[in-house]
Amino acid sequence: MVLNIFTDIHNLLLEYMSEEATHITELILIAAAYLGIFAILGLLLVWLERRVAGFFQLRLGPNRVGPFGLFQTIADALKLVSKELTGTVKADSQLYRIAPYFVITTALMSLALIPFSQEIQAFDINIGLFFLTSVSSIGVIGIFLAGWASNNKYSLIGGMRTGIQMISYELSVGMAIVTMVVLAGTLQISEIIELQKDGWFIFQGHIPAVIAFMIFMIAGTAESNRVPFDLVEAESELGAGFHTEYSGMNFAYYFLAEFVNMFIIASIAVVLFFGGWLSPFGITDAIPFAGLFWFTIKVIGVIFLFMWFRWTFPRFRIDQLLTLEWKYLLPINMVNIVLMALMVWLGLTL
Amino acid sequence: MSYFSDIINGTKTLITGMRITGKYFFVNLFTRKDVITQQYPDNIDTLKMFDRFRGEITLYHNENNEHKCDACTLCVSACPNGSLEVFGDKKPDPETGKNKRYLVKHIYHLEMCTMCGLCIEACPQDALEWGQDYHHVQYDRSKLTKVLNKPGSKLMSGIKG
Amino acid sequence: MEEFLTDQLKTQEYFLNMGPQHPATHGVLRLLLKLDGEIIRNVDMDLGFIHRSIEKMCERNTYKQIIHLTDRLDYLSSHMNNEAVCLLVEKALNIEVSDRIKVIRTMMDELTRISSHVLWWGVMGMDIGALTTFMYGFREREMINDIFEETCGARLTMNYNVIGGLRYDLHENFVKRVKEFIKHFKKKLPEYDKLLTNNVIFRKRIEGVGYISEKDAVAYGLNGPTARGSGVSCDIRKIHPYSAYDRVDFEEVIFTEGDSYARYKVRIQEMWQSLSILEQLVDKIPEGEYRVKTKAVIKLPEGDYLQRVEAARGDFGIFVKSTGQKFPYRVKFRSPGFANLTALNKMTQGLKIADLVAVLSTIDIVVPDIDR
Repeated sequence: MVLNIFTDIHNLLLEYMSEEATHITELILIAAAYLGIFAILGLLLVWLERRVAGFFQLRLGPNRVGPFGLFQTIADALKLVSKELTGTVKADSQLYRIAPYFVITTALMSLALIPFSQEIQAFDINIGLFFLTSVSSIGVIGIFLAGWASNNKYSLIGGMRTGIQMISYELSVGMAIVTMVVLAGTLQISEIIELQKDGWFIFQGHIPAVIAFMIFMIAGTAESNRVPFDLVEAESELGAGFHTEYSGMNFAYYFLAEFVNMFIIASIAVVLFFGGWLSPFGITDAIPFAGLFWFTIKVIGVIFLFMWFRWTFPRFRIDQLLTLEWKYLLPINMVNIVLMALMVWLGLTL
Repeated sequence: MSYFSDIINGTKTLITGMRITGKYFFVNLFTRKDVITQQYPDNIDTLKMFDRFRGEITLYHNENNEHKCDACTLCVSACPNGSLEVFGDKKPDPETGKNKRYLVKHIYHLEMCTMCGLCIEACPQDALEWGQDYHHVQYDRSKLTKVLNKPGSKLMSGIKG
Repeated sequence: MEEFLTDQLKTQEYFLNMGPQHPATHGVLRLLLKLDGEIIRNVDMDLGFIHRSIEKMCERNTYKQIIHLTDRLDYLSSHMNNEAVCLLVEKALNIEVSDRIKVIRTMMDELTRISSHVLWWGVMGMDIGALTTFMYGFREREMINDIFEETCGARLTMNYNVIGGLRYDLHENFVKRVKEFIKHFKKKLPEYDKLLTNNVIFRKRIEGVGYISEKDAVAYGLNGPTARGSGVSCDIRKIHPYSAYDRVDFEEVIFTEGDSYARYKVRIQEMWQSLSILEQLVDKIPEGEYRVKTKAVIKLPEGDYLQRVEAARGDFGIFVKSTGQKFPYRVKFRSPGFANLTALNKMTQGLKIADLVAVLSTIDIVVPDIDR
């Protein structure tokens, strides 16, 4: 296991403890840090979404609590914490309670692989991308369980829609990633970023990479259950979809996890196509932690694109969703992989 | 090939839509020019209703605390909801010595009023008029029942009882 | 294969209770859906959650007092509803109103129609999932509401028509504001098309969905834009012109496809027509009195009276049976929404839940109008 965590803390801890104890303490510290990142990220993104939505909709969005309304989501979270956890009488209570944790656990696990900068990455495994896709596909179980265990027909329909949607679109996300892996020749996230030092993959791979990026954006929107693919919640059809019966913190877990998932999808897009924490043309390579800045900028750019989609497009119907995946995205994706492979073989990459 | 032209045309329409919303986003991000909402409690001092705005029924009082209502109860019979109650009494007029009607209490149930304005039209003395106050929120319904004539007010001279 | 599946995998139809509190039912309407998976087999409409017995209330109110109750029927076309009562009484009592009153009434009607259709457009987008349209629709609606508030004193329940004319004369800013609005709206209506109408997802969602044939539309008694989407000519403004509609030049918008998209197009085109009516009238408001003096107590001669107007949702009719008293003996409102809603089951057979929402919003119901 490669831990790119700061060596200073490591040495400091070593002075006081044995090596094993240090290792365990570090793990706990990292876990706590990532829990914090999870919460802050979720809250910040909710704030960003509401603010951006406000500007799209000729409003201002939250602007009262704190500077620019930054503390609005914190106030909302505090309210949610103080709320009663309700549930339906005939719900499968154990599954019902366990379901939100599937979602946040997988979101947290995926978060560990995100390279915030060259130094900050908790878990740089050599099958990184493979691990990411497989872990993020577990999250659907949480939504599925919620829909099933709530004993509510709206939740059930929402859950069933999730199943269909996730299974279909996981394919496209996976294939788009595979297309880029063909170009990179590695699954390790840090190596993928290193390879983009001479040029981001979206430029290196030109046509197939652009197609892969578009497919990834479409499928990624579907993966994070956002408009135009928010059939799972579809408030004008299903009330609140799978989390209709959830209240208080249980609801907040879903809510935050949804936004963190969006962040993860955006980060993967940034890593695969826009060179992760690399600065454009290497202008700030010398400055430490500049990677964090560039990574944040790029991710926010991609997230803004997601938000732009959300506040512009209407929602698909379930059969149209499947048509889009199986009749359009999948065939194009397959051709695209072959195209990319040919390009790499013939050395046509830039 | 309609398959590919469908994709291209579809994407074009999506981008057109995104250009519309994007235009508003960036205009609002930098200039707030297209923001149509009002920041309500902040602008409460500058917020002015139109002069015909129907906020509530009021009884006109002049600077000498005199009103024009002689308790004829025409407004009560004009009201479709029974939101007005007028209590009058009679006392001898000091000048003529005849019994003259005067207003004791003009009660207005705001919670029942639909702002139809029939009472104001029915009033022969133009004693009632629209008030522009819109902030009627109360924690208790009984607080919406108001007495329109101010304490100590009396009938304006020149109005026949 | 399909037979095998149905033999081996037992499926079951189930009931889903949509409403009375549901975002897509636009108020307190309860739909009992019989579903096969997501496919709709039957829609039962359960009405009456907001029944306020307005028809009965009218029987204890004088004709003047009835007017403000009609505001509360279809609150998005309150001006037309008020006008129906006024026209009925004026016709019964042979009160001739001046041209100025007629023109102002027509202009107010068309402003109301635009504001209703604009709200419908915003909510339609929201039902389909494009949440931003709601605020864009409200931007235009807000301008109209300001015009109403300045002249009539209220934004929603205008209560501007009285028997024999109008409550107030036009506000001095009225013409200026209407001209501003026309200019503004002409720029924004094409934007609606770019944002929503031409959007490929939106088109796919509503094209060919919720079909009803011309014959069925007549049989169900559909009216207004909903029927005109099926090719039924039913515009009261053309058939029985009232107020100033006989002197303005406008087209009855008719599309023959009969699906949700046709109904959508009818409403968008009607906004253009309303704009052109406004443009024709705004410079030509004749001088004259704004109110004809009427008796203090209005008594209709014994008999039956009927007045129809074209409200934003269709043919709004009011029937009054009078026994010569100052109260009507019986009042019946013929609300367009009620007739339109009855066809929902026919329109949504075999569609998905998502389509039901889309079809319901192209019918454009207002629940207080249905329940009265």
